[in-house]
Formats: sequence, structure tokens, C-alpha cells
Amino acid sequence: MLFGIQDPWVWLAYVLSILSAVLCVGWGIFNWNKDDSAKEPDEEVRHWAEEEDKVEEEL
Amino acid sequence: MDSLWMTITVIVYLFAVGYLGYRGYRATHSATDYLIAGRKTHPYVMAISYGATFISTSAIVGFGGAAGVFGMGLLWLTVLNIFFGIFIAFVLFGGRTRSIGLRLDAHTFPELLGRRFKSRFLQGSSALIIFLFMPLYASAVLIGAAKFIAEQLGIPYEAALFVFSVVVALYVIMGGIKGVMYTDALQGTIMLVGMIALIALTYHSLGGIAPAHEALTRLVEQVPDKLKAGGHLGWTSMPKFGSPLWWTLVSTIVMGVGVGVLAQPQLAVRYMTVKSGRELNRAVPIGGVFILMMTGVAFVVGALTNVYFFNSVGKIAIGAAAGDVEKIIPMYIKGAMPAWFGLLFMLTLLSAAMSTVSSQIHVMGTSLGRDLVEQAFRAKKAGSGMLATRLGVLIGILVSVYLGYELEKRFGKTGTEIVARGTAVFFGLCACAFLPMYAGALWSRAITRAGAIAGMLTGACSSMLWMLFVHEKESTALLLCKTLFGVRSLGIKLVEGKEVFVHAGPMVWAFVDPLVIGLPLAMLVTVLVSMFTRKLSEDHLKRCFG
Repeated sequence: MLFGIQDPWVWLAYVLSILSAVLCVGWGIFNWNKDDSAKEPDEEVRHWAEEEDKVEEEL
Repeated sequence: MDSLWMTITVIVYLFAVGYLGYRGYRATHSATDYLIAGRKTHPYVMAISYGATFISTSAIVGFGGAAGVFGMGLLWLTVLNIFFGIFIAFVLFGGRTRSIGLRLDAHTFPELLGRRFKSRFLQGSSALIIFLFMPLYASAVLIGAAKFIAEQLGIPYEAALFVFSVVVALYVIMGGIKGVMYTDALQGTIMLVGMIALIALTYHSLGGIAPAHEALTRLVEQVPDKLKAGGHLGWTSMPKFGSPLWWTLVSTIVMGVGVGVLAQPQLAVRYMTVKSGRELNRAVPIGGVFILMMTGVAFVVGALTNVYFFNSVGKIAIGAAAGDVEKIIPMYIKGAMPAWFGLLFMLTLLSAAMSTVSSQIHVMGTSLGRDLVEQAFRAKKAGSGMLATRLGVLIGILVSVYLGYELEKRFGKTGTEIVARGTAVFFGLCACAFLPMYAGALWSRAITRAGAIAGMLTGACSSMLWMLFVHEKESTALLLCKTLFGVRSLGIKLVEGKEVFVHAGPMVWAFVDPLVIGLPLAMLVTVLVSMFTRKLSEDHLKRCFG
């Protein structure tokens, strides 16, 4: 019996729910300043998206 | 006196919400602002908004009450909610959604899918699925909130429904996603404070963590015979493997809501509201702790209400609530908690409902305005798209209110049951229709346009058919199976007038969630069709993946 809970499947869920939150906290702390490469869409992309729509429409 | 304080608190709260909605309106200058908050949202606002949208009143009261019946086994849902709903969602899906959304200049979930697979049909049909089925889900939350407000403030139900809908409609129409997310941040913070207080007070009143759980374990003798026959083994144990209760718990609650969250359009769009991957990383811990404090607390407290009710009235929770699962948590709050907490909890539930409904109608509006009307009429000039989206929001809330109100009025209890299934129907449908192609859009270069479309149609149709004819919770409420075949589910046989559940090994079909059938089928079709159809051009893929 752990934390007064008899079934291992239930106390496992109890522990894992807390550990999942701890995992989230740990991830956030270790990757606090880590960025990915994607930046604001530039004019070229916006223009391309409009062109794509036009081509689709023509097709 | 209580009622006076309650009214004052609600008025102050509504003013605060109105002010934040106004701030959102003032900060909205373009379609990008209205749809994805100019891609500049603070990580706290994004994470709390995501969590508050995810968690509705029914997640606390409905599922908390269900924990009063099923027990603490429901905590597996919390594990999935945090691990899939936050960690996997933010770290894997969020980062990719944001970067591909940026590269393709997408502003909505259907637009992301449509541009990724170069298919206006995909964008339109995804938007149509959202616009057709979201109102049922929104109705479920809206009606629940209106009933709750009416009961708490002692005002007529219609008045509560009217005021609630008008307030939400106003700040969503005016402030767009900024209005939604600013108010979500306030509402989510109230929810966080309310639920932390709830767990602390509950454990304190029951003598601490382990003693409270031990008292619950000792109640095993009190399990009613009907629940025992269904496989119930006590509130700190999982139900018997393969029993109807086990299937309901594992299949519907855990899988249906736990995995279904990954493909929810109103949640996925939030990844595109932040400036960079750094903001997403910073949102992960906030989201993780938020969800633990929401569903984790609701399920533990829900189960522990059995100890409180047994000690105070000599009955287990469901007995004390006269069989009404939804009444367990409110009765517990009223009986076991101090008066000041009743006020805080009322605000917590009001916030939970408002934050979910506001995001639902925003997504309905953007689906209609941006993805359907704008695409159909090419109305991109001079803010006409924004107008269409705002009109879409208005139509969305009107349809939701009408649907919930009329279904109950016309069909009575049957109508109430249909609305109550709204959340499960929408989650199941989204997971089966969107998840395979959404995952494919983010990670696979091999999934083709035809594969994505075929998978979406397979997922949508198979999950709908399963809900209409097999999964007994929905098929019973939706009545079509009974009308056509004379039984409430094709997974149930009538033997000498008695219902017998059809099963294959441990699979009791009537209890198997649509997701268990629809998702693998949709994945298989997506992959198979993609193997034999034309790939998207390398240029396009390069643009998507960088």
C-alpha cells in the first residue's frame, strides 16, 4: 500500500500524474531559452501563399 | 446575504472580463491579431489559455463526479492529459505546428492543413466538420454553465443563458483571440487558485494524504451490488479487467479524452499565437502544473467525497446524491467546505465554462469566416474576411444556444442526453478525422493530398457510424439505432427480452470508444492511399519543412 492506496495500478497513476507535471517543469527549466529556427513569415512567403491560392483557383 | 455576496462577486467578475475583452479589442488591428494574436502571446497567457480552454465545467463537476463513482483509477486520465495533452502536444505538435504554420502563413487549423496539403477541399471540409459539430460541444458547456449560474444566483435559466451568451459573444466578436486569451488568463488563474484551495482543504479535513486514501480504501465493503456486478473493486482500485466498468473507464474516459485532445482545433491554433519556440518551451511547465491541479484535483477529491458522505450521512457519494453523478461535487462543496470557498468555487466553475465556450465560438467563427466564406468568395480585401469571421462567431453562438435550448425543450430528457454527449462526440470525431493527417502534415513527407483526404473521410465516417450504431452511450442518446434496428446499440443483443452485450474476447463492443476503431482505420487508410498516389512537390515540402 502506497499513500494509502491499495491497487498498484492506481498508485502508479497517482505517482505518474505528479511525475508528468514534474517532467513538464524540468523540460521548461532546461529549455527555457532554447529556440527553434522558424521566424516571422517574410513578404516572400506571404506573396507565395497568395500566388498558390491564385494557381489553385485557376486550376 | 450569501446570495448578495454571490451577485456582487459575479458582477465584479463580469466587469473584469469585460475590461480584458476591451483590452483585446484595443490591441486588435489586423486579421493576424484577430485570428492568432499577432503571433506575440506571452507563454503564461498561452499556457493558461490552452489549459482553461481544455478544462470545462464538466471536466471538474462531471468527471469529478464520475471519480466519485469509478474511484481514483480516473487518475490515468490526468496522466494522459498532462503527458499527451501538454508535454507531447506542446513539445512535439506545438513546435512543428508553429513553425510550419509560420512558413505557410496559416492563421487557422483548417488553413494549416489546407496549405500543407495544397488542398482547398481539405481546408473547407475540415472547417465544415468543425462548424457542424462544434455547436453540440459548445451547447454542452453553455447549457451546463447557464444551469449552474441560474441555480447559484437564483435567477431564471433563460436569463442566465442570455446574459452568459451575450457577455461571451461580445468579447469574442470584438476582441478576437486576444480578447479570448486575455480573459482566459484571468479565468485560468481563478481556476488554479480555486482547485489548489479545494485539494488543500479536502486533505486537511480528512486528516492528511495517506489517512484520507486509507479511509477510502476501507470503504470497499460499501460498493453497491450493481457496481460490483459491473466490475467495481473499490475506489482505490481499478475495475476488474475486461468488465464493462473497466472498458468504460479505460476506453472512453482515458483514451477518448486523453488522446483526443491532440487534434482539437481550438487548442492547436494556440501554438501559432506565440512568437518563437522559446515561448512554447516556457509554456510547458505552466500547462503541466495547471492540468495536474485541474483534473488531478477533481478526480482525487471526487473519489474522496465518498469518505466525507459516508462519515457524515452514512452513504457513499452516489447514494447521497440520489444517483445524480453531476450533483456529487456541488453537494460536497456545499456540505464540507467553508462558505467563502463556495464563492471561490462558483467563480472557478464560471471561469471554466466561459474560457471553454469563448474559444469554441472563436474557432467556429474562424472556420466559417476565414476557411469557408473567405475561401469560397475570395473575400480577402478591405477587412471583409474579418467581418465574415465576426459574423461567423455570432452565428456560432446563436446556433449553439438554439441547439442546446431547443433540443432540451423539444425532446426533454433525450435532448439533455444528446447535448451531454456533445463533448465526447466532438473529441472522438476530431481525433479520428484530423489526427492522422495532422501528424502526417507535421512529420511526414510521404503523406499525399489524396491520402490526407481519404484518411479524414474514413476517420470522420467510421467514428460517426460507431457512435450512431455501436457505442452505447451515444447510440442510446442519438436514437437512430433504436429507430432503425429496434435496439439501442448493435453491440447489444436482445435475448428473451433481456440485453446481452456482444463481445469478442475482452472487447465488449458497446463500450469500445469510437477512437479505438476510427483512429487506427483512418491511419491505415491515410498511409495506404499515400503509397499509391502522387506525392507533393519537393519545392513545396522544402517550403513546409525548411
